[in-house]
Amino acid sequence: MTTIKEKFEELKKKKQGALIGFVMAGDPSIVETVGIVNSLVRGGVDIIELGLPFSDPIADGIVIQKASERARKAGMNPDLYFKIVKEIKGVPKVCLTYYNLVLQPGLEKFVRDCQKSGISGLIVPDLPIEEAGPLLNFCRQYDTDLIFLVAPTTTEERLKKILSVSQGFLYVVSLLGATGAREKLSECLKPLLSKIKKFSQGIPLAVGFGISKPEQVEKIIKLGADGAIVGSSIINLIEENLDDKEKMLSELENFVRELKRATVA
Amino acid sequence: MKLPDKLGKFNSYGGRFAPEVLMPALEELEVAFNKFSKDKNFRSELNYYLKEFGGRPTPLYYAQNLTKKLAGAKIYLKREDLVHGGAHKLNNTMGQALLAKKMGKKRLIAETGAGQHGVAAAMAAAALQIPCQIYMGAEDIERQKLNVFRMELLQAKVIPVNSGSRTLKDAVNEALRDWLTNVETTYYLIGSVVGPHPYPMMVREFQRVIGRETKRQILEKENSLPEAILACVGGGSNAMGIFYEFLEDEDVELIGVEAGGKGIKTGEHGATLCAGTDGVLHGMYSKVLQDKYGQIKTSYSISAGLDYPGVGPELSYLVKKGRVKVKSTTDKEALDAFKLLSQTEGIIPALESAHAVFQAVKIARKFKKNQTIIVNLSGRGDKDVFVVAEEMGIKL
Repeated sequence: MTTIKEKFEELKKKKQGALIGFVMAGDPSIVETVGIVNSLVRGGVDIIELGLPFSDPIADGIVIQKASERARKAGMNPDLYFKIVKEIKGVPKVCLTYYNLVLQPGLEKFVRDCQKSGISGLIVPDLPIEEAGPLLNFCRQYDTDLIFLVAPTTTEERLKKILSVSQGFLYVVSLLGATGAREKLSECLKPLLSKIKKFSQGIPLAVGFGISKPEQVEKIIKLGADGAIVGSSIINLIEENLDDKEKMLSELENFVRELKRATVA
Repeated sequence: MKLPDKLGKFNSYGGRFAPEVLMPALEELEVAFNKFSKDKNFRSELNYYLKEFGGRPTPLYYAQNLTKKLAGAKIYLKREDLVHGGAHKLNNTMGQALLAKKMGKKRLIAETGAGQHGVAAAMAAAALQIPCQIYMGAEDIERQKLNVFRMELLQAKVIPVNSGSRTLKDAVNEALRDWLTNVETTYYLIGSVVGPHPYPMMVREFQRVIGRETKRQILEKENSLPEAILACVGGGSNAMGIFYEFLEDEDVELIGVEAGGKGIKTGEHGATLCAGTDGVLHGMYSKVLQDKYGQIKTSYSISAGLDYPGVGPELSYLVKKGRVKVKSTTDKEALDAFKLLSQTEGIIPALESAHAVFQAVKIARKFKKNQTIIVNLSGRGDKDVFVVAEEMGIKL
């Protein structure tokens, strides 16, 4: 199993940025998830972020909220989630979910389940550094990277605190707002990346929120980030092609291929 | 020790479970609140508005007829229904809107369920001339047209929320997203003692005026403290408001009354303290209604103000500690109390408050005639007459 760290090192040698793709597990149905992820992998995604749907996803925009609703309607739950994740091979896997779903089974059990199903990293967008201690301990114990987010509003003091415990990569939120595709890259990004780089000591920086186009991915890598995270626009393709599954998979693959090309210097 | 602690915890409950984008704003808000709540000018300005605009202090009214009928304890009603807007909500919205103004925020946003908090927020915003947008579930908009119209009259913009269950919970999610986007210019005015720190503490402090007045008034009238105080609990702001001043008076029983809906056993209720379990929702660790995986359930109550699957963290703490007791009142029982208070006292209570009235009626006979109990009559029932008429089979 390739870890997140190894993946970034491998890409660095090849002079490529990482393309991190996000989909919601169980959207639009339980049986389709593995096929969707495989098409992203064929398109060239370097790391796959797989959402475990929560009823109240406060950091997400409407596209991902609707994907969560479709997935929950399709019957997705944590037990099924870990089963499905096991079937996904050949790419580092990151779990993204909200804290209550991590908390309820017990932090240790959740992290152990992640490890057992081959997940290398965990992102919990409503868990700030102040509250992360207990989960961080279990993540260290079970070799799972706890990935933190940094936003344009994050102060230098908070940034240092976050960097001191960050594992895997740092998730750089490119804008003020929830997830969802945007026409243009946020003006905040350039100063934000240079601010982070002053303190980041080599941890890979991956930029997400609002990223939907190859040009944006290219620019992010040029600005010095190590990776780009694309979610809502991938989910848009799923949503637009609910009636034609073959077209969905081929469009996903093609879209990801274009995005991946933009990460190659 | 005074709670919450530095992390915003009431023992294990509370805290700040929010996206990183908001964390600096929450820190800024905490600093601003701590500064202004001690500031003489801020306090006198707030007192001015509460008195001249809001109509405070509210009376502590002796419910003579109800007392006579029940032949038990003397029943007093803290008349928050007489606050401008018809509920205790303005105590908080006025405080927070003034704070927002002092912080230099150019825009207010709020969420609302039935529209009571939305109306109170719109009133405070209009009084201070700050633009205001209110998120409201599309389902609630349909049920509460009157309040939507009131908010719009008050120059607030009401934004329908079509995601999820299209009710309060989803309005909160949407308001949080707005705040994520506009955090630098916008103040998020939360309507109850819920959400990430400092909101539960801050809203409690703005609502404490209820308990402060009550304590002074009951001592003036009876020269002794009451045996029990009852308040309904949705998020818990009117309950924390009246309870807080009495927390150290261990002989005063504090009773929170939740929405039993169609009965707790049916699963259709809003009784989070009675039937919920520990979890994280809307930025706080507290009791929540959830399934075994941690997905938040949809709550239910005839009274929209109690229809919420979470509850303030300080109440979760006080209940666990045993200081606050909880009961639940079903829809039907609340309707009975609604009619009873209207008939005996000439006061039409909000359906929310009627939940507390019902429990007061239930326990009154356990006490002697020289003992007293107080019900926080958190709001007036004009807004509920359509729902009640429908339940009675009357077409208005």
